[in-house]
Amino acid sequence: MARKLPAKDVVIIGLGWTGSILAYELAKSGLNVVAIERGPWRDTATDFPPAYAQDELRYAVRLDLFLRPDQQTMTFRNNASQTAMPIRSFSGFLPGNGVGGAGVHWNGQTWRFLPTDFNIRSHLEERYGKEALPADMTIQDWPVSYDELEPYYDRFEKLCGTSGKAGNIRGQKQAGGNPFEGWRSSEYPTPPLKQGLGATLFAEAARKTGHSPFPQPASNLSEAYVNPLGVKLGQCTYCGFCERFGCGNYAKSSPQTCVLPALMRFPNFSARTESEVTKINLDSTGKRATGVTYVDSTGKRATGVTYVDTSGEEWEQPADIVLMCAFSFFNVQLMLLSGIGKPYDPQTGQGVVGRNYAYQTTSSVSLILKDKILNPFIATGAHGMIIDDYNGDNFDHTGLGFFGGGYMGFGQTGARPIQTRPVPKGTPKWGAEWKKATAETYQRACSLATHGSSYSYKDCYLDLDPTYKDRLGRPLLRMTFDFHDNELKMSAFLTERLAEIAKAMDPVEITASPRKGPYDSTIYQTTHNTGGTVMGADPATSVGRRSRDQRAQSLLPELGRAQCLCARRRVGVPAKSRLQPDRHGGRAGVLDRRRHS
Amino acid sequence: MRRSLTSAALFVSLTGAAFAQGTQSFDRIERGRYLAILSDCAACHTAPGGAPYAGGLALQTPFGILVAPNITSDPDTGIGNMTNDEFLAVLHEGRGHNGKRLYPAMPYPAYTKMSDDDVLAMRSYFATVAPVSNRVVSNQLPFPLNIRLAMVFWNGLNFTSGRYQPNPQKSAEWNRGAYIVEGAAHCGTCHTPKTLLGGDKNNVALTGATLQGWFAPDITNDPRKGIGGWSKDDLVQYLKNGTNKWTLASGPMAEAVSHSTSHMTDDDIVAIATYLKDSGAAGAGSKPEPVAANNNAMRAGEAIYKDSCAACHRDSGEGEINLFPRLAGSALVQSDDPTTLARVVLHGTRAVSTPGAPTAPAMPAFDWRLDDAQVAAVLTYVRNAWGNAAVPVSADAVASQREALRKSP
Repeated sequence: MARKLPAKDVVIIGLGWTGSILAYELAKSGLNVVAIERGPWRDTATDFPPAYAQDELRYAVRLDLFLRPDQQTMTFRNNASQTAMPIRSFSGFLPGNGVGGAGVHWNGQTWRFLPTDFNIRSHLEERYGKEALPADMTIQDWPVSYDELEPYYDRFEKLCGTSGKAGNIRGQKQAGGNPFEGWRSSEYPTPPLKQGLGATLFAEAARKTGHSPFPQPASNLSEAYVNPLGVKLGQCTYCGFCERFGCGNYAKSSPQTCVLPALMRFPNFSARTESEVTKINLDSTGKRATGVTYVDSTGKRATGVTYVDTSGEEWEQPADIVLMCAFSFFNVQLMLLSGIGKPYDPQTGQGVVGRNYAYQTTSSVSLILKDKILNPFIATGAHGMIIDDYNGDNFDHTGLGFFGGGYMGFGQTGARPIQTRPVPKGTPKWGAEWKKATAETYQRACSLATHGSSYSYKDCYLDLDPTYKDRLGRPLLRMTFDFHDNELKMSAFLTERLAEIAKAMDPVEITASPRKGPYDSTIYQTTHNTGGTVMGADPATSVGRRSRDQRAQSLLPELGRAQCLCARRRVGVPAKSRLQPDRHGGRAGVLDRRRHS
Repeated sequence: MRRSLTSAALFVSLTGAAFAQGTQSFDRIERGRYLAILSDCAACHTAPGGAPYAGGLALQTPFGILVAPNITSDPDTGIGNMTNDEFLAVLHEGRGHNGKRLYPAMPYPAYTKMSDDDVLAMRSYFATVAPVSNRVVSNQLPFPLNIRLAMVFWNGLNFTSGRYQPNPQKSAEWNRGAYIVEGAAHCGTCHTPKTLLGGDKNNVALTGATLQGWFAPDITNDPRKGIGGWSKDDLVQYLKNGTNKWTLASGPMAEAVSHSTSHMTDDDIVAIATYLKDSGAAGAGSKPEPVAANNNAMRAGEAIYKDSCAACHRDSGEGEINLFPRLAGSALVQSDDPTTLARVVLHGTRAVSTPGAPTAPAMPAFDWRLDDAQVAAVLTYVRNAWGNAAVPVSADAVASQREALRKSP
């Protein structure tokens, strides 16, 4: 039976980027805030110091910092004709865990959505006609525009100290930046990272073929920086151990390096780690969240019973405001388990929770160059030269047979000894020949990538699995997802365009690998899983929205002055590093019930 | 106000309690509160996680353990029943309850310099601290050191009671700084070398001392081993924010910054800086020959430095302001006593978090990765590279530091 704790003003589920930023703002305003985090506390010098952070086997292969499936997982199927099976080992996407969440081990690629992403449906219909989009494509407009969100993008980049070069400052195009980006109110807080030879060669080839390359916006800082909270970050050392790794140099933006030192100073803020929220409690009318029930997650441990860590007991933490700041999947699962909102029914198309799950459609072009020393091990998570010419609706889609696009370019994040062993086609997979080829090819090989969109469809959604349960006896989340023709055609197109640029780099070997269907959940792309809690103007098709009305579906009380933060965090999160914009306008994250005054 | 004074006087005459007039006036209590911050009473008298000033913190002295007593207003287990004169005797003479002699872990040799008025203001403040019932047995020294009467001899050798005497040839600001440094803030308790019996070596005041496994550095104006290379503003930044362009406060000084100096007024911090920048031996001591770069330990140390240290402290040894201490030109790095250096490399350390500098970055531990010879080599290297010059560090010294840390981390 759950024991009731003294009430707090705010309870935050998950202490990652979203949770820590909201915790800071709300604690600063004087509210009593408690954050409940499923995973452990993580600290730079204790958990990923430079002395051993760069351990590929431990972190990249054995996934030391990531969620373990036996703590929480989900089931997967491509479509409703299949039976979803549990993911027993994460490989296609890697949910994070612990304080800092994915902010600890992300690459730091810090993008803004394009202005047209915010009103994607009405924009595409206006340009290409109302009948242009497939009938089962369920993208919709966001209830907020790029212009409204821009100050918060700016604020987030300043919080991070993001390194980059602006391409458009208040309408004035800037040389060296991205000419397609939405207008920015200011330059990036720190200058762009230095580029390696590979990125430089790509940029030359891109320019030669009529494209506009620019340095990828990076939250691996090019120089030391003090952010608006007074927290200091260090300079990136280009160590090439970024994604999947914590940064020991205080140089990668994360809750640890940007927010927590300031947040932990508030005596009215507390965090409870290794405590898993099992349910959001509702009052008897079902209309108002009254707090959460959580279970300490390490109940199997033999060590004594303590209040936070090891009791395995159920605690009820009452609060006036409940903020869902877990990763997209787990917010959706929690809503479904708690009976919040109407679950999505793919048959009827009714309901909102779980609707419009989307992902990302990446592809690659690998090259081997001649007589080059690329030093690919000198890298950061987000350096590289990119083009946006084929992103979103930046190009005319007339007659192409698809919509959407992506950014692409040279963004190789490292060349680590276990997982990066490029060899020419036809090389044996082991033995003396393989060793020789590895040694000869390493310095000359590189990989280009496209990060393409993933629009929403009627038959791509999240719901609760009818069979499989987690360790606490709760139904697992079930993911139903496959690529549609639109995405595969888009990927083929983007990959061809990238291959053309790659050819201009004069390679001795080139391998273009467009994304092929069906979607295989074991092949790693990114962890840019989005959707399930769509944000929109219409309660029939959205979970979160901006509205003055008290509606039955909106169960969480208003955040008052924290209102805009939710919008900013949801959209302003570096989309490419954590979540690919899902084009329908929805992003799981903070649920809010805001009143815009 | 006038009425309460009168009734206080009446109270005095009726009960015989020796409270001075106006002891309950707010400005007096507030002044006492600030003086308690200057004197950092909480450092010893508030146990971690304990009620304010309720005692219970065990102090590791070179002579054994002493436990700080309860100084809340509890009449039974605290100082609630102490008279003003008794309170004055505590700070000025080192005499506690019933005249028992205190050990100088209670820094009365410094507090003796504080004026009667200041001490009595503190007394007023402590009378307002919430009473906590917590009986503390302070004296846990081994026999025969636990015989308090022996302090008569110690005091005879090492202690002279007396208030601070202003120096008329110096400014008011300098004198205020001296009053704080030599009195309330008792800097010498950590930073002044000690005799075998634990008394201050006053002729080399503030030139550094080792306590609780940390070397508290030279804070005189010695240009190589002290703060001669620091500007007054560097010192102000350090005391106020716990960091400046040279270094970050950690270890026992982190606590002094977070409890005491970061809460001082700007004027008082500037006064301390004025005094310290005008004290001690400027240019004293000759610079030793740096260990040659081709010396084996230096070559090994340089390689180890490149692998383990340069990512943060840089090949140039310049570190990063307010994040990674500067090693090139650092006085602490070149100090004769390498205790702090060895400790920091073996065990790591965390910088203080203050409102002005909340980051609190930490140095990770390397004891699991570097053996004694490797630590000695890298320390010898940083002490003699980039224009630094200092005595090399031996593997034996590192080994005993490692053993000491194992016993009391």
